[in-house]
Amino acid sequence: MTRSKGLVGRLVVGFTGACAFLSVAAVVWIMATIIWGGHTHLTWAFISQVPSEGMTEGGVFPAIVGTFFLVVIMSLVGVPVGTITAIYLSEYVGRQSKMAQVIRFAVNTLAGIPAIVFGLFGLGFFVQFSGNSLDKIFYHGALHWAQPNILWASLTMALLTLPVVIVSVEEAIKTVPQDLREASLALGATRWQTIRKVVLPGSMGGILTGAILAVSRGAGEVAPILFTGAAYFLPQLPHRFTDQFMELGYHVFIMTTQSTDVEKTLPIQYATTLVLLLLTFTLNFSAIALRARIRRRRVAA
Amino acid sequence: MPKKRTEKKTFRLGEFLIERCIQGVALISLLFICLIFVFVFREAFPLFTGQAKEPVAQADVGASETYGEEPGAALTVDHPELEQKQEPFKARHLLAKEWQPVSLNPKYGLLPLLWGSLKVTLVALLLAGPIGIFAALYTSSFAPRWAREGMKPVIEILAGFPSVVIGFFALVILASLLQRFFGFQYRLNAFTGGLAMAFAVIPIIYTVSEDALAAIPKTLTEASLALGATKWETALFVVLPAATPGIFAAVLLGFGRAFGETMIVLMATGNAAILTASLTDPVRTLSATIGAEMAEVVFGDIHYRVLFFIGALLFIISFGLNAIAEFFVRNRLMKRFKGI
Repeated sequence: MTRSKGLVGRLVVGFTGACAFLSVAAVVWIMATIIWGGHTHLTWAFISQVPSEGMTEGGVFPAIVGTFFLVVIMSLVGVPVGTITAIYLSEYVGRQSKMAQVIRFAVNTLAGIPAIVFGLFGLGFFVQFSGNSLDKIFYHGALHWAQPNILWASLTMALLTLPVVIVSVEEAIKTVPQDLREASLALGATRWQTIRKVVLPGSMGGILTGAILAVSRGAGEVAPILFTGAAYFLPQLPHRFTDQFMELGYHVFIMTTQSTDVEKTLPIQYATTLVLLLLTFTLNFSAIALRARIRRRRVAA
Repeated sequence: MPKKRTEKKTFRLGEFLIERCIQGVALISLLFICLIFVFVFREAFPLFTGQAKEPVAQADVGASETYGEEPGAALTVDHPELEQKQEPFKARHLLAKEWQPVSLNPKYGLLPLLWGSLKVTLVALLLAGPIGIFAALYTSSFAPRWAREGMKPVIEILAGFPSVVIGFFALVILASLLQRFFGFQYRLNAFTGGLAMAFAVIPIIYTVSEDALAAIPKTLTEASLALGATKWETALFVVLPAATPGIFAAVLLGFGRAFGETMIVLMATGNAAILTASLTDPVRTLSATIGAEMAEVVFGDIHYRVLFFIGALLFIISFGLNAIAEFFVRNRLMKRFKGI
């Protein structure tokens, strides 16, 4: 492909190629190290057991369950809101309209806000403000909602992952051919009927991609849940919205920085990181594959 | 005579309501941006009105310098262990050179934290900037097809690594390796943190630069090649300069990411709030300070509000960077090509 003549040309191509190679090597290096360090300790027992002996033995079962609940509640809130926002942006308002520009700016800003600020917002708005209001109204000030819990953490995370869903769904909606919409409208269908029967079924893959990417992001972020619901260790699984929960990423963080015996728990740290890495890697990989399929369809259409 | 059909659109109540509902939901993002702004600032605001104070007993407040506020306002909480004489908080205390929030005479100087954030960000950008930009140039100008198509997913995988995973990698592997190699005095320091941060920043810089490079019209490169320039001359002297606004935006977004990232710096920088010039000293960044200390503060006291103020700072910085980056991508880049 490259027909650069001369030494300088070869140097330029070589140098830029080395930069590209370095980025790929970083991915391989990180993954290989963690797989190498964690694969011996990653057994079924590790996945299915609760931590024991002051978190120096046992598995990560509660953290996996906590992460699962977190991303499920998060998706139940974030995916519909994100999908509807994407529909509004692409079906109801023109690209250049003031409304679309304002919302788009809001979504971009939301995507750029540091995760820790979401954590602060979750603490200030959900835990303190909403929690205290709920307690005052329903429990006469008794402490139920005004403390960190899984609902507040999930809602904070839903907000953080909202832009991911919106961008992904919007991209998928664009792949639905304009002809189909016009045919539907010409047959007398209303705008909403067209969206429901033509646009939405055509962008199901994009919604799924968005949801997967959001789940992957939500499972990996720790900063937003530091003070909105994650717990160091809990003897039982969360079963109410007002319960705190253990989470994989948070577990990695506390095991590496606050464990009683960092050397002894190193295999647990590696294995927990490996579980988290495998989880996010699988999710991201399926999202990438799914999106590639959608893009091919667009090219074919 | 057939009845004349009106061209006017018939009004359907259902459609109208659905559209309003959808519009309402779409405005949620906007609403929450405003709420984030309001709630993060609300908690920090009393610092500047002189109403914030340490939870001290009333007698002590009377003895200290008053600064215009009523002693014993609603925020006063009874905490016997924190009872001591001290002057009330003033905004200029944030400019002190020491960060010692938990001590008998707490100091809330943000300078060491800001300096720490800048050090880590600088290291991350110096490493990730060239790598990301040149990798993007390689894929857009030189790479064979297979390399170009393989690169995107790999970068996306890197972008998908949770920051705790990168933090763990830095803490357990990278730190020891760098210490052995360079002989650092401290295992965890600004350079180690910055290098780890580079892993998180490369995907952003790469992706945004790649988009900018790919948006360069083919006519430009073809004109250059037709004039006899070689492929690398075209890439370096035509494509790269033409994409400068986009690349600048990429670096800005990378800066924002590195500045706000919490878990990596919390795990890999050593978290010592000291004000030194050396890149191999441990540092404590703004974001890591929030992450490390928020869980232990008393709600409503000065420390709590200062942490929210740091959050407000991070919010403003990321907001500003985004706005500037968007301006550069949308206006400059697009205007430049509209003439072509």
